[in-house]
Amino acid sequence: MGVVFDHGNFTLFRDAFLRTVELSAVSAVLALLLGTLLAAFRVSPVPALRVFGTVWVNIFRNTPLTLLFIAVNFGLPQLDVHFSPFVFAIFALSAYTGSFVCEVLRAGINTVPLGQAEAARSLGMTFGQSLTQVVLPQAARTVLSPLSSVFIALPRNSAIAGAFSVPELYSLQQTLSERGYAIFAIFFWVALAYLAISATVGLLFRVLENRLAVAR
Amino acid sequence: MSSSSVLYDAPGPRAKARYRAFGVLSVLGIAGLLWYAYDSLAATHQFSAAMWDPFQYTAIQQLILNGLLDTLKAFGLAAAFSLVLGSLLAAGRLSDHRPVRAVATAVVQFFRAMPLLIMIFALYQSVFTTSPLWALVTGLTLYNGAVQAEIIRSGVNAVPRGQGEAAYALGMRKTQVMTTILVPQAVRSMLPAIIGQLVVTLKDTSLGFVITYGELLYAGKLIASNTATPDGYPYVPVVLVIGPIYIGMCLLLTALAKWIEARGRRGANRRTPAAA
Repeated sequence: MGVVFDHGNFTLFRDAFLRTVELSAVSAVLALLLGTLLAAFRVSPVPALRVFGTVWVNIFRNTPLTLLFIAVNFGLPQLDVHFSPFVFAIFALSAYTGSFVCEVLRAGINTVPLGQAEAARSLGMTFGQSLTQVVLPQAARTVLSPLSSVFIALPRNSAIAGAFSVPELYSLQQTLSERGYAIFAIFFWVALAYLAISATVGLLFRVLENRLAVAR
Repeated sequence: MSSSSVLYDAPGPRAKARYRAFGVLSVLGIAGLLWYAYDSLAATHQFSAAMWDPFQYTAIQQLILNGLLDTLKAFGLAAAFSLVLGSLLAAGRLSDHRPVRAVATAVVQFFRAMPLLIMIFALYQSVFTTSPLWALVTGLTLYNGAVQAEIIRSGVNAVPRGQGEAAYALGMRKTQVMTTILVPQAVRSMLPAIIGQLVVTLKDTSLGFVITYGELLYAGKLIASNTATPDGYPYVPVVLVIGPIYIGMCLLLTALAKWIEARGRRGANRRTPAAA
């Protein structure tokens, strides 16, 4: 069980852990931005944008993440686009997660009762006012819990980056296993690290939910 | 259609003109984007004949077909086992006995929080060193079984309490109530969510690539890395062939889920809880 404390393995473990956190955090922010943009496309009154958003989301939601990683890591260099594996991993993860975020946000907007918006409009509120003061605050509350499962899934999915030469927790598992340590001892520590990350994300969302909760 | 939107009023003449202008602009923008994508692919000779030549060989076609079959095999096994495991774990979580409940809860929470790849790799290194298929299937079963358990459990909990109470009042036993009253109703309302999770299972079979299981993605990588053309390795053509296969399979499953959902809603006197 003491694998992590042997021969400088702790530094490796810490670096891998931080790399996983960094990868997940950057991808989460980008996925949120991309998802919001796509959701705006999908609910816009312009048919062309709606079609674009729908096609984009259906492509990226139904492609396995591993295939996206292959496309980005081996396909883009063929087009003379060169970045580090870490940046490529961010591309793949945020494109994939972004489409899930889009679907969650869109579903959230659709759960706001029509009467709310009609009431806002008949009070003479402008589009911006009814959006920011009536529709979005209500949508945000219903969206939080599905959004939390999307962002808990993100660090888990980021393990695939380890198979594409990003030195994070999965590649640490590979390295230590090649060095001959017992796989279950390694698995124990890596599992602990992932449990810690998903527990933290879950906790953050629960705090946010409690903050935004209102009596209804 | 705009009249039923939460966000917008029914457009008047000026708004209609504005939407049309935005429409034209965005069509131009999207066309530009597509042209840019096409142009950068063409500029690096991704559409040259040599790049696409491999797909004309029967051996390569056979390789892709075998990969597809291996993907479907892993998916079929994992889907069946995960539904069985999911039902067992759900029964455990709904049990009246506290120890059973605690164990089932711990198992479900643990396997839901674990990255699938980490589990598959650990299984491949320890138990199934010679059989990547079973490492993949076991990993998929553990993870998806835990998720299916949660779906089934929430389905059972969403059945109105009166149903179970009425069954008990008629003198049914616990098992009878569960199997004849609660589970059939739960499965009916949760089928779309269950199939949705099967789509995830299908996509996750591609992780077999990492432990050298010869599924579709592995076959694709093999083709791309073993074919040297004057314009480089044909990774882009391979992605353009493999991607639509995956997308098509997932869309078919999703369509099935939607069809079942619509069918369930058609019946009279239906209670439709929101899919989890």
